[in-house]
Amino acid sequence: MEATADKERLDKERLDRDFTELYRAHLRDVYSYSYYRVGNHHDAEDLTEQTFLQAYRHFERAQRESDGRPLRPWLIRIAHNLAANFYRDRSRRPVTQLDDASVLHEPHGTEQLVEEREEVKEVLEGVSKLPEDRREALIMRFALGMDNREIARALGRSEGATKVLIHRAIKQLEGSLEGESDE
Amino acid sequence: MSDRVEQLLRSALVPVEPPEALSDRLERGLSELTEVAAAELADWELSAMRDPRNWGRPIAAVVVGGAAAGGLVLVRARQQQKKRNTTGLQALEKSIRGVAEDIEKRLRG
Repeated sequence: MEATADKERLDKERLDRDFTELYRAHLRDVYSYSYYRVGNHHDAEDLTEQTFLQAYRHFERAQRESDGRPLRPWLIRIAHNLAANFYRDRSRRPVTQLDDASVLHEPHGTEQLVEEREEVKEVLEGVSKLPEDRREALIMRFALGMDNREIARALGRSEGATKVLIHRAIKQLEGSLEGESDE
Repeated sequence: MSDRVEQLLRSALVPVEPPEALSDRLERGLSELTEVAAAELADWELSAMRDPRNWGRPIAAVVVGGAAAGGLVLVRARQQQKKRNTTGLQALEKSIRGVAEDIEKRLRG
């Protein structure tokens, strides 16, 4: 009986330690994903909070079933599902109009600043107009630095399908940016 | 053009640092979750200790309670101990947690 209690204690300690590690490693990822999904800090904070609370509840099972694979895609998938509920419940449309200058790179000079900000603004607007799955794939690739395998797991697709998805997203964005520059 | 678009995407979709207030809020939320888990475990310990058949293994129960009451490392660093009325079973629960924390510290030390 004591051996069982000891094992439970060790399991609980290990689980909490692992979750702490996951939290520390991926708080920024979940927040970045949430921010680009909902387009404002207030809702991004709510989404991030709910993601980690839900992750904690299901962490033991996820860890058991992960078979040693990284848990970031699982975490982002939780955020992805919660974001979908967020829009469904509140009848909102995704917004990626980011008015926060903190996400823009620091300028080297005034002219470059204006030019860079214009380009970045156009890209963000272009991203916001993409279909949801393409937009998500680009956020995961560029804001979170996820590879095709991770994105595929987060979106529940095959690696091949994910590669095609990202390629098409970039092509579509390229088309919309070229269209704007012609105007 | 695709390379240029990818470069622009890297410039546009930069990682965003979460605000400090979010970390505090989040850690409070997680702390509450672990407290609930600890309370459930403490209830189990107390009911188990009412049964004389379990009196021979109080240390094991205390250690388990300690692990649950300790909760997440990240939370523990910020969590303040709640002061409760120390009457009856609550006093017993409190003393169990106190002993558990001491044991836990020694085990870690």
